[in-house]
Amino acid sequence: MAELLQDKDRIFQNLYGLHDQGLEAAQKRGAWIGTSAMLEQGSSWIIDQVKASGLRGRGGAGFPTGLKWSFMPKEVGNRPHYLVVNADESEPGSCKDRDILRHDPHLLIEGCLVASFAMQAHACYIYLRGEYILERNRLQAAIDEAYAAGLVGKNACGTGWDFDIYMHHGAGAYICGEETALLESLEGKKGQPRLKPPFPANAGLYGCPTTVNNVESIAVVPTILRRGADWFTKFGRDNNKGTKVFSLSGHVNTPCNIEEALSIPMKTLIETYGGGVRGGWDNLKCVIPGGSSVPLLPKEICDTVLMDFDALREHQSGLGTAAVIVMDKSTDVVKAIARLSYFYKHESCGQCTPCREGTGWMWRVMERMVVGNAKTSEIDMLLEVSKQVEGHTICALGDAAAWPIQGLIRHFRHEIEERIDNYRSDKPTFVQAAE
Amino acid sequence: MSDLRKLNIDGTEYEVPAEYTLMQACEEFGGAEIPRFCYHERLSIAGNCRMCLVEWVGAPKPQASCALQVKDLRPNRDGTPANIRTNSETVKKAREGVMEFLLINHPLDCPICDQGGECDLQDQAMGYGRDTSRFEENKRAVDDKNMGPLVNTIMTRCIQCTRCVRFITEVAGVQEIGLVNRGENAEITTYLEKSLTSEMSGNVIDLCPVGALTSKPYAFNARPWELDKVDSIDVMDAVGSNIRVDSRRDAVLRILPVTNDDVNEEWISDKTRFVWDGLARQRLDRPFIRDTSVGGGGKLRAAGWDEALAVVAEKLSGDPAQIAAIAGDLCDAESMKALKDLMESLGVKHLDCRQDGSLIGGGARAEYLFNSTIAGLEDADAILLVGTNPRHEAPLVNTRIRKAWVEGGLEVGLIGEAVDLTYSYEHVGTSAADVAAFADAGKGFAKTFKAAKNPVIIVGAAALRGEDGQALLAALGELAAAANVIRDDHNGFNILHGAASRVAGLDMGFLPGEGGLSTDAILDAAQQGAVKTVYLMAADELDTSKLKDAFVIYQGHHGDNGAHVADVILPGAAYTEKSGLYVNMEGRVQMADRAVSPKGDAKEDWAILRALSAKIDRVLPYDSLNALREKLMADHPTFMSLDTAPERAAFDPAALGKKGTLSTAPLKNPIEDFYMTNPIARASTVMAECSAVIEELQPTLNEAAE
Repeated sequence: MAELLQDKDRIFQNLYGLHDQGLEAAQKRGAWIGTSAMLEQGSSWIIDQVKASGLRGRGGAGFPTGLKWSFMPKEVGNRPHYLVVNADESEPGSCKDRDILRHDPHLLIEGCLVASFAMQAHACYIYLRGEYILERNRLQAAIDEAYAAGLVGKNACGTGWDFDIYMHHGAGAYICGEETALLESLEGKKGQPRLKPPFPANAGLYGCPTTVNNVESIAVVPTILRRGADWFTKFGRDNNKGTKVFSLSGHVNTPCNIEEALSIPMKTLIETYGGGVRGGWDNLKCVIPGGSSVPLLPKEICDTVLMDFDALREHQSGLGTAAVIVMDKSTDVVKAIARLSYFYKHESCGQCTPCREGTGWMWRVMERMVVGNAKTSEIDMLLEVSKQVEGHTICALGDAAAWPIQGLIRHFRHEIEERIDNYRSDKPTFVQAAE
Repeated sequence: MSDLRKLNIDGTEYEVPAEYTLMQACEEFGGAEIPRFCYHERLSIAGNCRMCLVEWVGAPKPQASCALQVKDLRPNRDGTPANIRTNSETVKKAREGVMEFLLINHPLDCPICDQGGECDLQDQAMGYGRDTSRFEENKRAVDDKNMGPLVNTIMTRCIQCTRCVRFITEVAGVQEIGLVNRGENAEITTYLEKSLTSEMSGNVIDLCPVGALTSKPYAFNARPWELDKVDSIDVMDAVGSNIRVDSRRDAVLRILPVTNDDVNEEWISDKTRFVWDGLARQRLDRPFIRDTSVGGGGKLRAAGWDEALAVVAEKLSGDPAQIAAIAGDLCDAESMKALKDLMESLGVKHLDCRQDGSLIGGGARAEYLFNSTIAGLEDADAILLVGTNPRHEAPLVNTRIRKAWVEGGLEVGLIGEAVDLTYSYEHVGTSAADVAAFADAGKGFAKTFKAAKNPVIIVGAAALRGEDGQALLAALGELAAAANVIRDDHNGFNILHGAASRVAGLDMGFLPGEGGLSTDAILDAAQQGAVKTVYLMAADELDTSKLKDAFVIYQGHHGDNGAHVADVILPGAAYTEKSGLYVNMEGRVQMADRAVSPKGDAKEDWAILRALSAKIDRVLPYDSLNALREKLMADHPTFMSLDTAPERAAFDPAALGKKGTLSTAPLKNPIEDFYMTNPIARASTVMAECSAVIEELQPTLNEAAE
């Protein structure tokens, strides 16, 4: 069994809210220590450190954070630079940002300052998910504390850098978590993704150079700088460095958020922190390893797979937001995926054709397959339709709607076929709610 | 254009301008055909239909070619130019897929759809779609929306391309159509179920790639392949919009725009588009003579041509000092020329083509033209509007100003009635006297205007009526001279005409001769009995009550104001029924073609005058329209340069108008009802309906503005 992450190496020391989330307590845990010294090293040093740490974006796509920052113009022209923090955490299964916002907001605010400084942005917007009310209150309180302590605002941390931080509360649309839709929404428009290019680093918020980062990506930066990139690269395999907050949910005995090193075996993760699968490991049916939008993995793969970007990609899935949804053998997996299809149909913005029309079509076929009211040939048709959606849309929601279905057909085609056969021979499957 | 990039399209290498989109590059250079629904050259790029996907070899996904620019493409790793494929298997599959998605919720009601035969979806489904459907679920149905009397909606057919939304918000400048809800519930709507208030709304019918937005007046009238199509010129205003008149047998069934980037781009106003039903109503289809005999009751009775012409000939043989002729707003140049030649041969001096009573013309051509040209407005950085509401007097000039304003760098000031022009402006005054104040001011828009690189003055022809108008013109001339409006390389002095015939009339000098009277004076003289015979050629926008005692000869096509006071009516041809030259406000000569025949016994106007001339023994020296045109061009060479605006000519603005006291009375816009400005429009029930709808909406519009 691989070595587990030790408490001293956890970035989020108050992930469970066992301690106070206020400024004083956060400082005791290490936040806001040496921040001005970091800024004094200069922006290119910060970006180099983040690059050296191998930090990959924690929002789902896993794009190297330091590289993303370096896409921003080197000099501020006639347009101001902005940092936008994506706290619109809406991916079913994912709740890691929620706990960071609730219990360790100061790490995020400090990260905002450091990242903004690195990208020469004087303003940072945090776009918060509409349903996050408690988080909103906690975050706003923390921002107010930071302002009062002179950590942000004019002459932030005494470095001479003016920095303002604004929190914006969204209205609860999943699509507003897509970075360009988020920018549209932040500008007061309807949350529909923009065409790329131009990328936000070139023309983002109000047409100005903008970087959009996930909460976790930003919140880990100050600690990485404090402890050094070398420390961060001790964890995880090459190209998958660092620690990561995993959200364990579903049929585990103790669902939780847990910060662990990347590349930890999935089985270890579930057994150690999730208290094991309900009814034991052998009762496992499948796992969605990275939030609702990535394809599920059957038990055979889960036995050995490592939890990192590349290992999961090898198995045609993905790390996504590292929201591990565990399903035991009692699960009606077809129904479960149909429910996800409904979610994507409901959340499609309707802007572009394949997603608008395709998500509804796929959901309706899925619903028929749940009871078996379909033809066997329709399985292939559904797969083909999902391929017609995937990669043909403006944003990644089309892909996200297609992948769960592709995963289902890849690994559980036999189950769908069985249902169709049963239905045809007058033995329809009794459908249970997917719980 | 100098920045060229190498690009490999379908296996051949081309050098393509970097700012081109892939779609442009593939179509212009590669000769490929890229299907599209949402993309439209004159609207912003939405990239939402996904029909224009092409393959960028090496990229993980197919790319929307309408949005991706050539400069955004990276060369291949080995340094060779990026490879674009428009006909590969990937592209074919992508198009098939998108086509299938578009069709699954589209009703297959082509047999009862007005778009049938000219439907992008139909055509592209044939070209790029599958042959069968795999969709076995129920189709979506969407409630139809109210868009007013012009635009018919069958929203179930909508494919959410948002062209109409983009047109209405970007070009028309009213935020009245939008996409609400999301996902498969997304719908195009007018939000409040109210009629559109834009006078450009009909263009959404052309833009709609499917049959969701169709023409209400044209509904179920004809199939496109049954129609005869003739290119022509619009006469509803002085823009000279290029149009196509579609007719079947002798009925005009619809009017569509023809693209002309210099004039109307791809748009036409609602009046231009929907006035055609007026061409079939209130028509003068045979000559009439007022029966003044005892028992005749002073009513008009039908007569033959010979009889009517004989009466007219007798009247015109009288004292030329007691005869006057006025040409109306819709006349073609040839008929005005024939009337002018005839009147001059009779010695008549009371001639005027300025039905509105203005006193412009007679001097250099640039003094009464829209010198900056319509397309040239896009270069302006400050525009001063004086006594005009371009939105009503020339909607397409207004959309040009809006286009420049949207692009940025343009500021607008207005002296006159404050109205909603669809763009913001500074209201710098209301009366002619405010022009002088503006010239002295140094703050706000006045400062901007004086510092502007390409300042433009647009004055409405209606503001130049009478002596007050001459004083205003002189004041504007001074302002122009002081503010750098007229230079060798820029002439921003513009008169915005409202009448299609006006510039042609001024060009040929259809003006009072030595000692002759102008329109207002003619009317007064007729009232006092000094002028006894008045020849009105399609002149209806006059105070006809002053003509009661005169003998009125009305030559025209509609039974309107002029015909009501006429003693003899000579039925002529409407603009769709004759070939003719029109000169628009820029001085651009354009030729309209005949789409249908004149109604009943009516004749083309020049032919009536030619026949009349023979009756009074003053035979006009032309036996055919071509001969008439040759004479016109020989006498007035400006008519020779077809389809081009005149060369930019500098002139001395100090010579404009006649100095005088500037009136402090507020300048009034000439058009109270956009839909009722000429006899054809007044005969149209569609225009009447539009007028009523706008009237009804007016109170709420005003409330909203407060």
